[in-house]
Amino acid sequence: MVEKVKARVQELLASGKVKGFIGLRELHGHIGPYLFTDGGDLDGFVIGDRKAAGDTRYPLNTQLIMISRQYPEETLGVLVRGCDERGLKTLFNTNQLKPEKVVSVGIACPQELADVCECMKPFPEEFVAGEASEARPFGSVERIESIEIGERLKVWLGEFAKCIKCYGCRNICPMCYCPECTLEAKDFQAVGSIASENPIFHLTRALHMAGRCIDCGLCSEACPADIPLRTLYKKIADIVDLEFQYRPGYQDSKGKMSPNVLGEAAKH
Amino acid sequence: MEYRTVLTTCTYCGCGCGFYLEVLDGRVVGTIPCKTNPVSEGKLCVKGWNVHEFIHSPKRLTQPLLRKDGALTPVSWDEALDFTAKRMREIKEANGSDSVAFLASAKVTNEENYLIQKFARAAVGTNNVDHCARL
Ligand code: SF4
Ligand code: SF4
Ligand code: SF4
Ligand code: SF4
Repeated sequence: MVEKVKARVQELLASGKVKGFIGLRELHGHIGPYLFTDGGDLDGFVIGDRKAAGDTRYPLNTQLIMISRQYPEETLGVLVRGCDERGLKTLFNTNQLKPEKVVSVGIACPQELADVCECMKPFPEEFVAGEASEARPFGSVERIESIEIGERLKVWLGEFAKCIKCYGCRNICPMCYCPECTLEAKDFQAVGSIASENPIFHLTRALHMAGRCIDCGLCSEACPADIPLRTLYKKIADIVDLEFQYRPGYQDSKGKMSPNVLGEAAKH
Repeated sequence: MEYRTVLTTCTYCGCGCGFYLEVLDGRVVGTIPCKTNPVSEGKLCVKGWNVHEFIHSPKRLTQPLLRKDGALTPVSWDEALDFTAKRMREIKEANGSDSVAFLASAKVTNEENYLIQKFARAAVGTNNVDHCARL
């Protein structure tokens, strides 16, 4: 699988179609983001399946934004799974990246990963490796919703109580690109004091994920307290979809927002 | 255009979380927790997440300073170490080995901590060894 991806990346770099390719590299047994600039040197190129499929994914779109801001004239390549592609589309819509300056190389996720992610679309529009797995976007939201509402509130408050305010959920999120973040704003969070209280911190971030979260799951993976953040944001995405007929990243391939983006709720 | 990720260990506490420092055109611009690190498994605390921020701080000490005539003055490592060794020997000779204490650090490697306690016990002759993690 990785050979097919490498061949494509090699071709993109050799032809000069991209100045660099943001992917993953394994070095000394560890896997991390890497900018490949020489098609002849793709040593260590991996797709992020170390012991299990997708267990070493990183928010490569974040690196893409950072490098693009520094080099706005250059075209860059990036490795994408289904969720990363949804991220790209949303980042194009919100003017964080220019579609004409990004070339994505897609891979499809195996069923085992799609099941863990409860993914709605475990593959990008086009992919050079892997096979389109079945979407099975059910489980965690339904499980928590089956709990009686008063009890459910207790469950969530119990989860939030474990938070150590590391800001990892915000930091790792490829969709949290704001130059000034509410979670650090002076009127929200006094400098030098204990971080903002629960559940305000978590619900503020959850609301910000409305129309933004592309359900990559990296926040849950980065949370030292194992708070099921992804489940919370999945529910937010369901509500936005219901009210506005919009789910980030599922627009047409030109990156246009769905014309229904403001939906029925806009008339209220 | 040069973007590199450099795998390293957090200097803030003795936990030893692993992360990549992101280096863009020679400047350290970010921290990404390393998913394959067996200690931290892709997670960090708020200090670790912001560890890159002190690297380019103008307030950082970049060379040894020695107080000369009441003013901190930049000196070479040789001069700083010679001065320290000389004073330590004088203090030890005047007041005995136990008049000296060694403070090790959670921010250095096990091997460096081993060396400092060995130096304290074998070279100076004291068991006065403590560490900065006694917070
Ligand atoms: S969210 Fe979907 S596309 Fe992304 S890694 Fe999981 S299965 Fe793959
Ligand atoms: S799943 Fe988490 S990390 Fe991914 S886009 Fe949503 S909030 Fe951000
Ligand atoms: S938490 Fe909200 S304000 Fe902060 S970066 Fe994310 S979307 Fe922006
Ligand atoms: S990653 Fe988890 S522990 Fe850290 S701030 Fe977010 S919710 Fe809290």
